[in-house]
Amino acid sequence: MSLARDIADLAAVTSKLDTVGASSGALSNRNVIINGAMQVAQRSTSASGIGASGGFFAIDRWAYSTNNSAGRVTISQDSDAPEGFGYSQKIACTTADTSIAAGEYVILPQYIEGQNVQQFKKGTSSAEQITVSFYVKGNAAATYTVELEDAGNGRYNSQEFSVTSSWTRVTKTFVADTTGTITNDNGNRFRLNFWLHAGSSYTGGDHTDNVWHTTANKRVGDNATSIYDSTSRTFFITGVQLEVGDTATDFEHRSFADELQRCQRYYYIMDSSTSNGSYLRYCNAFYKSATAAEGVIHLPVEMRATPTLTASGTIAMYDGANLLTISTFVLGNDGSSNRIVVFDANNIASGGVQHRPGVFLSNANTTSKVELSSEL
Amino acid sequence: MTINITSAQYTVSDITGENGSITVVSNGITMSVPLDPDNTDYAAILEWAEEDGNEIAAAD
Repeated sequence: MSLARDIADLAAVTSKLDTVGASSGALSNRNVIINGAMQVAQRSTSASGIGASGGFFAIDRWAYSTNNSAGRVTISQDSDAPEGFGYSQKIACTTADTSIAAGEYVILPQYIEGQNVQQFKKGTSSAEQITVSFYVKGNAAATYTVELEDAGNGRYNSQEFSVTSSWTRVTKTFVADTTGTITNDNGNRFRLNFWLHAGSSYTGGDHTDNVWHTTANKRVGDNATSIYDSTSRTFFITGVQLEVGDTATDFEHRSFADELQRCQRYYYIMDSSTSNGSYLRYCNAFYKSATAAEGVIHLPVEMRATPTLTASGTIAMYDGANLLTISTFVLGNDGSSNRIVVFDANNIASGGVQHRPGVFLSNANTTSKVELSSEL
Repeated sequence: MTINITSAQYTVSDITGENGSITVVSNGITMSVPLDPDNTDYAAILEWAEEDGNEIAAAD
């Protein structure tokens, strides 16, 4: 290798670092979005019949927010992805709805804690521009709207984007907003929204791309396609990045382990379907009485808040002698936090021995699960 | 999951005897929700309880 070639290579690297640094001020952790490459799907890799109500169904951190439509979709983690990505999130319409009432909407949002977007300097005289980039495709040409929402101040800025039947990277830079500071806490303060369906309550006004405003009926662009317009309609998305500055840098790839831990701040599942055998041990426990027991789960990462507990399927208390089915679980009244959850079983089949230790386990099945959620 | 509550009832601490979590049936699923103001399910339950005819039942 010649000295001239070495110098040329060094210059190229320096130039690239300058581009990244100038736009974001950070060489890593530029991307505010968690699970932007759709790698993590703790709940399910596919959920069908979705649309009656909103929630989190498949890909972690990506909600399906909806209101009052008869349309239904299947949401899945799909291996159809652009080069360099393993997965995309696929939304496939399974029940069409072409009669759109005023208040209907479908949004794919990612809700973001206020403490994770302070670098936007929003609401100050030195507010930053914000750039969103993502890869999309569909079954056919379509137009949707991507929006930044300052949830705490009711302020919106949106831009239309086009989808074709091939993977395309979309980049949109949003002007800085010197109005409305974002509270620095763990609350749902900022949202990245992909609008896939909207009634006149959101489309009826005079929409203009890339303007901060407070008017609901200007939020969605005039050319909006509906994900519910046909059962052949599909929408694929991956590589979603939200960063400070006016430049869309290369997507910041993270390891699966890294993304999983980030996701577990909001949702953690212990699922017997992924265990060897059919007796997954959830946690150690002890009998408080003949029919009540208590266990403690140490969470793998600190969650955003004390989580909601949902236990389903057949779970039992096993003490080495007896395997007694539990019918009711509740979050322990004392001692639960965003780091440790107390797991109380209050209706155990009679036969327990007070003060004897044991374990909570899946009782001869691979369908039981314990879910802990502190989603925004 | 959007909360569509059909029932809500406090549970009581073994140690303190005070209200602890709330057992909620929503969308046909039973959940146990902590009394943590940062928990969005708890916030939704409080909103639900403010509507006429809705009440978080006392613990058994």
